[in-house]
Amino acid sequence: MQWFAKFFSRRRRYEDISISIQEHIDERTDELMADGIPRKQAEQAARREFGNVGLVEESSREVWQWPALESILADFKFAFRRLGKSPGFAATVLLTLAIGVGANTVVFSVVNGVLLKPLRYPDSERLVSLWLNAPGAGGLANFSNGLQLSTSMYFTFLEHNRTFQSMGIWTPSNASVTGVGEPEQVPSEVISDGVLQTLDVPPAAGRWFAQADQDPHGAKTVMLSYGYWQRRFGEDRNVIGRVIQVDAQSREIVGIMPRGFRLVDRDFDLLVPLAPDRAHQILAGFGFSGIARLKPGISIGQADADIARLISVWMDSYSNGPGTNPHFYERWRISPGFRSLKQQVIGSIGGVLWVVMATVGLVMLIVCTNVANLLLVRAESRHQELSIRAALGASRMRIARELLIESVSLGLMGGVIAVVVAVAGLRLLIAFGPTNLPRLSEISLDGRSLGFTLALSVLSGLLFGCISALRYARTQSSATMGTTTRTASTSRARQRSSNVLVTAQVSMALVLLVSAVLMIRTFAALRNVEPGFADPEHVQTMHIWIPDLLISDPLTATHVQNNIVDKLAAIPGVTSVGFAGAVPMEYNDPNWDGIRVEGKIYEGGEPPLRLFNFVSPAYFNAMGTRLVAGRDFTWTDLYDLRLKVIVSENLAQESWGSAVAAIGKRLRQFDNSPWQEVIGVVEDVRMHGVDEKAPAIVYWPAMLNDPYTPKPTIDAPRFVTYAIHSDRAGTESFLKQVQQAVWSVNASLPLASVNTMQELYSQSLARTSFTLVMLAIAGTMALSLSLIGIYGVISYAVSQRTREMGIRLALGAQKGALRWMFVRSALMLTAVGIVIGLGAAAALMRLMKTLLFGISPLDPLTFVAVPVILATAAALASYLPARRAAGIDPVEALRAE
Amino acid sequence: MASNPEHRDLFPGALEVMILQSLRLKPMHGYALVKHIKQVSDDLLQVEEGSLYPALQRMLKEGWLDAQTGISAKGRPTRIYRLTDAGVRHLEKEVVSVEKMFAGITRVLAVAKI
Repeated sequence: MQWFAKFFSRRRRYEDISISIQEHIDERTDELMADGIPRKQAEQAARREFGNVGLVEESSREVWQWPALESILADFKFAFRRLGKSPGFAATVLLTLAIGVGANTVVFSVVNGVLLKPLRYPDSERLVSLWLNAPGAGGLANFSNGLQLSTSMYFTFLEHNRTFQSMGIWTPSNASVTGVGEPEQVPSEVISDGVLQTLDVPPAAGRWFAQADQDPHGAKTVMLSYGYWQRRFGEDRNVIGRVIQVDAQSREIVGIMPRGFRLVDRDFDLLVPLAPDRAHQILAGFGFSGIARLKPGISIGQADADIARLISVWMDSYSNGPGTNPHFYERWRISPGFRSLKQQVIGSIGGVLWVVMATVGLVMLIVCTNVANLLLVRAESRHQELSIRAALGASRMRIARELLIESVSLGLMGGVIAVVVAVAGLRLLIAFGPTNLPRLSEISLDGRSLGFTLALSVLSGLLFGCISALRYARTQSSATMGTTTRTASTSRARQRSSNVLVTAQVSMALVLLVSAVLMIRTFAALRNVEPGFADPEHVQTMHIWIPDLLISDPLTATHVQNNIVDKLAAIPGVTSVGFAGAVPMEYNDPNWDGIRVEGKIYEGGEPPLRLFNFVSPAYFNAMGTRLVAGRDFTWTDLYDLRLKVIVSENLAQESWGSAVAAIGKRLRQFDNSPWQEVIGVVEDVRMHGVDEKAPAIVYWPAMLNDPYTPKPTIDAPRFVTYAIHSDRAGTESFLKQVQQAVWSVNASLPLASVNTMQELYSQSLARTSFTLVMLAIAGTMALSLSLIGIYGVISYAVSQRTREMGIRLALGAQKGALRWMFVRSALMLTAVGIVIGLGAAAALMRLMKTLLFGISPLDPLTFVAVPVILATAAALASYLPARRAAGIDPVEALRAE
Repeated sequence: MASNPEHRDLFPGALEVMILQSLRLKPMHGYALVKHIKQVSDDLLQVEEGSLYPALQRMLKEGWLDAQTGISAKGRPTRIYRLTDAGVRHLEKEVVSVEKMFAGITRVLAVAKI
């Protein structure tokens, strides 16, 4: 109410001021007239003496206002009114801005969710991943996990460390759950004591695993994830204490982890305690990931130094059995290279995300230059208005402020729409984005993202606004007021600003296009790599695990596996079936160990490590892996435990010179093992993704004598992946039949990780295809925006020079020459832009090197093709308005004013 | 215009003191004020219109003045400014400080002459 009253009294005040001043001037006029001056001159003189009436009135009014704010508000009102007057301009600018800011918000949300936000554990900055470097361990120490820990290492580190508050190890697994509905294989994690204590997230119900649960002879327990509890038990609180069958073992449910809890970067359904027998530990068994929580104030470097001294303690305390050398592992050169848990979770995606962020940032700059160009054209049309205002006493600041306010309000409105764009974009990204993007579930449009949007909107508003503000706030009143469009063809200064902007745009677009084309070339190079399997969309894969407790005899287990193969082969449309310990691109290596080739002497007596796989007959056939020489296994080979192996082509070449020469040669694992005869050589398989070198592989038959036991014992891999080749792979009806076939052999066997090889293959390309799609979108946006920019600039130049064109045509200029004049000016701008852009691209592409495959960051084809494409497109974009210029009727052009 | 250097206020508040003093004699409208000050100071002081009107509004806001609808000498509608009680008190305070200041300046100038 008071505000209202104030507002009305203010109205009266303003009126008072006007009346007072009007009377003042009138009275002075009267006086002058009394001195004999004619009315007209008297009035003029009185006004001149008084000074600037408007300004005096304004400054008198300001006494009653909060001046800065109110005039800014007025400017805002004015800006909105002017935008409303030209909806086409407003819509173009807002849409461009919304897409630009929206895209940036989406990518920032991803960067924020994945890279910036701390992990969702209390004091997560003290969590470290126990990464061990072991340059001598071959494939056992890889890029994604380093050398993993063995249980004996766990005990050594746990008992002797001085820097950890707590630590634990775990390994991902799969568990068959029976007794609750249909048998189901679910992702589980086998965790040691200390893992939950380290992550420090309390259970939603029940309790954590305790020391007692780690006792190999104690009570068997299990914990559930929130999701599994919801799905299987309908959030029943009484489930605590209930017993379920996990891998044919009765386990009591003791706790439920809260919603959204992930074990580092993994979603799981069950947590099973790792219960290592303290008394029977050997050095080997490097299959566990380790985490620790550092004591407060301890740095990662200190922890590294602490554990480094324990490596020899570990070798002194354990062995691999009688007759083995515990200090053998010195050759592996094991050293701690601990890293923050966050770094481990993020992995290699950080580089990709920053590249994408930089890319959309560049698109935003192009958006800004485009909008700046539009604003320049608009300010040009207001040139006279601004000149008049400057002449009437508006200060430079005042005009600059108004132009900036207009652009900032554009930016803000664009930002509001951008939030809508971003919400949609994020949904799209999460739905179609790479499933292996870490922390995907933590990506959201939170306060920080919105703050980013706001800051970006305002900043870009200021950025594109200050270009026209700088140009026009300097306006010299006298210089422009007199001139009209009749004499001036175009404002040279404005044209120059536009030219600079277009050049900048072209160079930025070039950088983006080069990066996009490099990614396309990378993708093509990856697609051209022979992965070592064929026809992936028609190869169905699935896991089947036969737990010891279900079928203890390995021979029986192999029979079951064999029966499943036969049943699957009988399904109509199936051409071949086999199974293996691991299929390509699933990233679970069955084993790595040293292989001795007959007749070879190894440096230090230790042969290099090779990847082991265990395969059934016809597996290669089903997978489409070519047999280069020799023959495949037969079931007889397996059941008779014949000492035969198949090797990969690269291993054959390295060991015997050629694939054919390898047939009949012999190799073995240990000095006291029997020799195994090479019966076949298969093509190299890119087990770890198309961008990783194909490892040297030894394929063992899927039933053999266990080389690690002193007495010959039959062993069969129990966790195998079936490969079924069929034209019907992936269809619903086919999967039903597959399930029926498996259950007809044993109804307690669940199917898990049902995929086609195509899906695995695409996943291994996911990072590249994600980068490719993002860069392609950005590149396309950049190309079209800069073409619009070129079109706009030439178009405007044509419209400004219509009269000149008319005169030229009247004087006999050739139409072709006129067209060329405009196209040439566009090409000049493009050429300058391309030269700058090429320099920038050459410098920036080095940063992308890790994302490329098979091509150089300075790929000549790309660096030639992109400028040619860009120049051609620019010529086309300028040709359209140029044609209009040449089509001008001289009579019309000269008559019109 | 507003910032013509030849007609600057002597010191902050001088214009206000002169306006207040003039209005103490009798309520006046804007033009009359300008003329009054010019006359009384024998053309030594010229009040800037550009400063006068904002100053009047400031003093209205402070409550030292009062504006009423009135008629000018020529019979046109205008606003007549009148001193309020608060204005009188402020003027008295200001006059004292102005006099002190003048005394100070005079002494300094006197010393400088020797």
